[in-house]
Amino acid sequence: MCTYLTERISVTGSGKGPSGWFKVTDASVYFDHPVHAPAEHTLNIDFLDPGAGPSARVAVELTADSARALVKAIQATLDSVPPGLV
Amino acid sequence: MYNAMLAENVTIHGYGGGPVQAYAARPMTPGPVGGVVMIHHIMGLDRMSAEFTRSLAIGGYNAVMPNLYHRDAPDASPDDAMAAMRAAGKLPLPDEQLVGEVAGAVGYLRGLSNSNGKVGVIGHCSGGRQAFLAAVSLKLDAAVDCWGGFVVGDAPEGHPLHGWRPLVERTGELSCPLLGLFGNDDSAPSPAHVDELEAALKQHGKTYEFHRYDGAGHAFMNVDRPAYRPEAALDAWQRIWAWFGKYLTL
Repeated sequence: MCTYLTERISVTGSGKGPSGWFKVTDASVYFDHPVHAPAEHTLNIDFLDPGAGPSARVAVELTADSARALVKAIQATLDSVPPGLV
Repeated sequence: MYNAMLAENVTIHGYGGGPVQAYAARPMTPGPVGGVVMIHHIMGLDRMSAEFTRSLAIGGYNAVMPNLYHRDAPDASPDDAMAAMRAAGKLPLPDEQLVGEVAGAVGYLRGLSNSNGKVGVIGHCSGGRQAFLAAVSLKLDAAVDCWGGFVVGDAPEGHPLHGWRPLVERTGELSCPLLGLFGNDDSAPSPAHVDELEAALKQHGKTYEFHRYDGAGHAFMNVDRPAYRPEAALDAWQRIWAWFGKYLTL
């Protein structure tokens, strides 16, 4: 099924897309049909700059297990940052 | 045997009368031939959808597929367009806009010089629901609903379709015979959902035919996805040809 369920957040940072690096201002996170990954549903993340047009996008499609592992890795990395850097 | 086909982007006038890009595929025959509006799935006007549209032309029909994301993401690749729509909170497309785009596509087909005046609609997934929507909103000659979810029932809370009036309540307005193609392993629509739709069609005395496939789930005709089931897909194509052959020819 198409879930349509989407989390949208504002982000600050940069992403590398088909035309090179660009600033990212938004992220969409959704569990829905993938475009490329060989699965029926994946955890999909789009890093976007809507002001720069639809092609200003970095996209990933991950299995649910991979997405959960990524969440843990992100958290562990941030937790291990030396004091004062974050 | 002369079997030329033309496939190209065209501009049609759809929702609100405004121009919108569409992908058209037409057999180069004096005809007259019937027409089919292809409604693409949530993934946009992608390779599979374009191939499906060309297949309709190979089958002898003028086919046109409005780019439902064109107004918001012109010239974007299908997945970028879908992502942009999603990021902007514009998925799914409002029903009123969908009906307007399909109405424009119907006008385009009926205006072709080799048109026999008959037009059908076919859609996959979200397009399946939208094919049903088009058939209860416009005067058409045939409709094919390929695994359209949320024609019946209310979508769960938090889902963008939650609270929308279930289309099944408009079954009495169905303007044309309906072919439904469903996988029995699908959850949206589930076999129970399909039962409910079938009951409504019977209640309203509508002409319909359903085919449900064991071992197949959502998107079983989609050759680009793991969901592809060749046996079910090949049978489904035969059902589509028979349906359009019966209702879109003079």
